[in-house]
Amino acid sequence: MNAQFWLIQSFNGISYGALLFLLASGLTLIFGVMRIVNLSHGAYFLLGGYLALSVISATGSWLLALPVAALLVAMVGLVMERVFLRPLGFDPLRQVLLTVGFAFLFQQAALDIWGGDNLDITPPGYLRGSTIIGGLHLPLYRFFMIGMALALGSILWLVMEKTRAGAMIRAAVDDSEMARGVGIDTSRISMIIFALGAFLAALGGVIGGAFLGVYPGLDFEILPIAFAVVIIGGMGSLGGAAVGSLMVGLADNFGKALFPEVSYFTLYAPMVLILAIKPSGLFGRE
Amino acid sequence: MDRRRKILTVMAIVLALAIFVPFAGSYLILLITQALVLGILAMSLDILLGFTGLPSLGQAAYLGMGAYMTAILAARYDFGLGWSFWIVVLLGILLGAATAALFGLFAIRATGVSFLMITLALGMCVWGLAYRWNSVTGGDNGINLPGRPEFGIQLTDGITYFYLVLGFFAASLAALYILVESPFGQSLVGIREREPRMRILGYNTWLHKYIAFIIAGGFGGLAGVLWAHLNGHVNPQDVVLATSVDALLMVVLGGAGTLVGGAIGASVVVLLRDYLSTIVPWWQYVLGGVYVLTILYLPGGLMSIPGRVRNWRAQSETRGIENQESVSH
Repeated sequence: MNAQFWLIQSFNGISYGALLFLLASGLTLIFGVMRIVNLSHGAYFLLGGYLALSVISATGSWLLALPVAALLVAMVGLVMERVFLRPLGFDPLRQVLLTVGFAFLFQQAALDIWGGDNLDITPPGYLRGSTIIGGLHLPLYRFFMIGMALALGSILWLVMEKTRAGAMIRAAVDDSEMARGVGIDTSRISMIIFALGAFLAALGGVIGGAFLGVYPGLDFEILPIAFAVVIIGGMGSLGGAAVGSLMVGLADNFGKALFPEVSYFTLYAPMVLILAIKPSGLFGRE
Repeated sequence: MDRRRKILTVMAIVLALAIFVPFAGSYLILLITQALVLGILAMSLDILLGFTGLPSLGQAAYLGMGAYMTAILAARYDFGLGWSFWIVVLLGILLGAATAALFGLFAIRATGVSFLMITLALGMCVWGLAYRWNSVTGGDNGINLPGRPEFGIQLTDGITYFYLVLGFFAASLAALYILVESPFGQSLVGIREREPRMRILGYNTWLHKYIAFIIAGGFGGLAGVLWAHLNGHVNPQDVVLATSVDALLMVVLGGAGTLVGGAIGASVVVLLRDYLSTIVPWWQYVLGGVYVLTILYLPGGLMSIPGRVRNWRAQSETRGIENQESVSH
């Protein structure tokens, strides 16, 4: 175990964390604004990957697949929020079960349309190579993942902190009732946030497709990890999601490399502890 | 329905199962046995969800603990394959309860969404160990059991095993029914309805919830022991998040706070998943659709249908009388 090992593992952990950020940033906003435990978020991730495969096979363009797949899934999220979740009112249990029902429906639809094989999204040639830095072979695609997360994270942060819409969203996260009281349309905010969350998850699915693959069951594999990120960082906090993603990405990589037998345990046990000690997460507001 | 009629109805159903199931095909017997085991798990969850108001997203953890313990003892130590099976049953209940006692220390303080998340995380901890701790759990491949126990009677036979499970099911149902009817059970309902008031009345609500959590864990462990021998195999798939979610859905589908509702929900889910899936490829649409429709239109679950029908009838009758009166005036 030399310096090279630590560097490579750190790099892998950070790039995995970047992917998790795409998935978790949407989930944490949904959580923060609507207090919904959205169990179909993993399905959005998976649907994003599958839709991208279809777009690629139809047009041959990976670059086009990114926005198209994400927008389609955002539409799915929008409809789900408007037609089913909003009328349900606030009842965590019923919301959870409803989103699971949809996750099952999406699972079956994906199986029917794309089959049960393990598929892979091939990124374009200019992202496939690797670069050598200080004697380490580092795949370019992982740099792309990190760059994507940084770019999207910055945009989200700017919108949330510097614009009027962002201020309204933050108000809805902090105290939805008061926000409504001062005339903020929280229903519309919920709709937009839910669609945005689905968009980001699907984007993660497309980008992750070249890295994790696209296969049945991926949705429920990735979902608890995204929840770990959200819980550790704090529900509704973008900065928390960034730090949480990085921590979970690194913990996952080093856990698997150093103590493979308890690697998932080392991921979820901290989640339990944080929930028990500080239920609002590391960066969540009380 | 008054209490005695309810009990008699349930007893009649259990008796009918005991009499008629042996005439069914072996595959159907297997499915019914599965439904009964999952019914025990669902009823254990109903103690939390239906009676105490704690929606746990990690009930599969206790099933997993019981099942893995049974498999490890049987496969590695040849233990629990004779009369010692009854010791394994006891150990399974104790292990489930002990796990819940540990988990409860973290989980009970939380409420609402936080409780959902913390039980999810605890369930994932158990799954992580089952999936990765190769030297103990066999990792992804799981563990094969050498065979079902044998003590005077051969449990290898599907029908005998069905009777054993039915016996455990009836005993669990009776025990849980006595529990919810007891003063302790009534105070759980009080906590579900309005916890602050119960606290003001001098109840230690934390302790009440903690004990309910442990009891639910114990019955979950029992279900795990039966589950391991039913399948002859355990693997991480038994402990995944989806299994915990299934248990929740069974309870809500049947009707939370009714105990037997969990068993009804379990039968419907097993029937849809395992029976329908052999007939049509699109069975999961039906399952997903049933969940969505239940949540949207039948929050009280299947058990609330008779009451609804009665209400509806009573309403239409009174309306009928009103109409007649208006005609005669």
